[in-house]
Amino acid sequence: MTQHATATAPKTPRRSKKRGSVLPGFTPTMGFTIAYLSLIVLIPLSTVFLKTAGMSWAEFVEAGFSTRVLAAYKLTFGTAFLAALVNAVFGLLLAWVLVRYRFPGRRLIDGMVDLPFALPTAVAGIALTAIYSRNGWMGSWLEDLGIKVAYTPIGITIALIFIGLPFVVRTLQPVIEEIDVELEEAAATLGAGRWTIFRKVLFPTFFPALLTGFALAFARGIGEYGSVVFISGNMPMRTEIAPLLIVTKLEQYDYMGATAIALVMLVISFFLLLAINLLQRWSSQRIGHS
Amino acid sequence: MSITAKNISKHFGATLALDNVSLDVTDGHLVALVGPSGSGKTTLLRILAGLENADRDSGSIHFHDEEVTHASVRDRRVGMVFQHYALFRHMTVAKNIAFGLRVRRRSERPSKAEIDQRVEELLGLVQLEGYGNRLPGQLSGGQRQRVALARALAVQPRILLLDEPFGALDAKVRKDLRRWLRQFHEQIGLTTVFVTHDQEEALELADEVVVMRNAAIEQVGSPQEVFDYPESPFVIEFMGNVNQVTHGLHNLPVQGEDALYVRPHDIEILDAKAEPTGIEARVQHIFSAGSVGRVSLARTSTNEIFEAEVPRSELDRLALQPGQTVGLRFRHIRLFKKDAAGKQSLVETDAAEAIGAGK
Repeated sequence: MTQHATATAPKTPRRSKKRGSVLPGFTPTMGFTIAYLSLIVLIPLSTVFLKTAGMSWAEFVEAGFSTRVLAAYKLTFGTAFLAALVNAVFGLLLAWVLVRYRFPGRRLIDGMVDLPFALPTAVAGIALTAIYSRNGWMGSWLEDLGIKVAYTPIGITIALIFIGLPFVVRTLQPVIEEIDVELEEAAATLGAGRWTIFRKVLFPTFFPALLTGFALAFARGIGEYGSVVFISGNMPMRTEIAPLLIVTKLEQYDYMGATAIALVMLVISFFLLLAINLLQRWSSQRIGHS
Repeated sequence: MSITAKNISKHFGATLALDNVSLDVTDGHLVALVGPSGSGKTTLLRILAGLENADRDSGSIHFHDEEVTHASVRDRRVGMVFQHYALFRHMTVAKNIAFGLRVRRRSERPSKAEIDQRVEELLGLVQLEGYGNRLPGQLSGGQRQRVALARALAVQPRILLLDEPFGALDAKVRKDLRRWLRQFHEQIGLTTVFVTHDQEEALELADEVVVMRNAAIEQVGSPQEVFDYPESPFVIEFMGNVNQVTHGLHNLPVQGEDALYVRPHDIEILDAKAEPTGIEARVQHIFSAGSVGRVSLARTSTNEIFEAEVPRSELDRLALQPGQTVGLRFRHIRLFKKDAAGKQSLVETDAAEAIGAGK
């Protein structure tokens, strides 16, 4: 048995090498992928690194870590995180309702979810400002309650919630569609209540997708510029976001300063997204997806 | 625990899924609900489980002497096994089985050690010792179905309900698991109702077979009764293979809506060497790759096709050739005549009378 196996062994690898995999074309597709990624993503991003390489360390720290810039980082990442969190909760709810229930106007609402994708973000920013400013429709009402929205971090967060919503809904919908109603029924026959079923049966199933949606919304929020500049008021140290700072520096022909901020944001974003990605992979392995 | 369902009706929108159905299940019995798809069998099962509510003005359901008509799924304490297992795939096998115990209120929840012990017992019961730490995705279909069964049994249900339990399995596993379930049922003695569209499964497995059709129960009886004394043409056609003799026989003509049937194993092929007597037919195909030989025959006078089942030894002795003309004898036939009420009922006919003397 063993002898026989060793005798035929040399033949097998040669054949498999010649025939390759059942899915051919690994070499050209991989080559294309790398070339494309380089052109579109890596080369433009690497110029950010190259540009900053021309600065001295002190100059870089001065441009990238001054108190005004630090406040902007904090605001940008803080509001983006908060907005992504809100979107994760309510986007989940929206996706659930759209998948699980049939009601008149469902298609319409489903279509409306994509609007933030399509709308020029400046339009969204202006509209939100109009509504939430002191004499606006919602703003005047909130003003009476003592809540100021426009020209505060709350306003920025609302704009980012608007921008990020479709990411969560669209990543969750197909996953929720796949959840078999039988799972909930099985849990119910075993004596589980609604809340237990949600927590122990449903949530673990769509948690990886929820994380993906969260990460996408978060990433979008970090980079968002158009809608935020209108509603934020752009007060240094208080409502000035990092992308705006970059634009301001560029307008002042301070290219070095702009790239320094860009580099810091790039590095922070990369590590945050990497962490979310790892978490997402770990949780989807746990539910036996891969 | 016995189950009594009385006058259950169920509409889905305008569609009638169950029409005033009543069902009695004796304590400890294994009962099959069998019928074509759309006959209402799964709906009936789901109503027993409490996953579906019967129409508001329809009848009642009792488990033993406790009324459960309006009880919620959680309060009914039934074990349910689904066709596609419905295992929680992010939980290990052991966690799946323990689920029903772990979600109990703290006051009723067994201790961790007790749960572990119960899981071990159940793993042993379904012959999956040592599989506790696997994920459902790492098991075969038959193993998954047994995990689902163990999970349902963990909460010590009063009755066990199985929805097409073998539907998603391949033929071989299906047969093994079917036999295993029969033994298993005898071992635990829990009142069990299962749904199937496979008549063979129903006949082989159940103590009692409930044949359903068009939202109603067509016949209830032991497998033997249902097979040997079908009460309607539908039951004889659905439960097992059968040939309809549309043109009647020489001395037994069929009129109007009469229906005359003969089971394949009740057709005897007379010795071909002798001059053909009985019903004359031509041999078309012979299928001998199986435990029983099957011969398809075309009746000479009418070209009706009959399928006959002949023991292999008999087939060898006859040495049939395609195209050859033979004589047939029907050992046992069943004639359904429509009565005044429009119901087709069985008129037993003696075999001897049924043999057409010639042509």
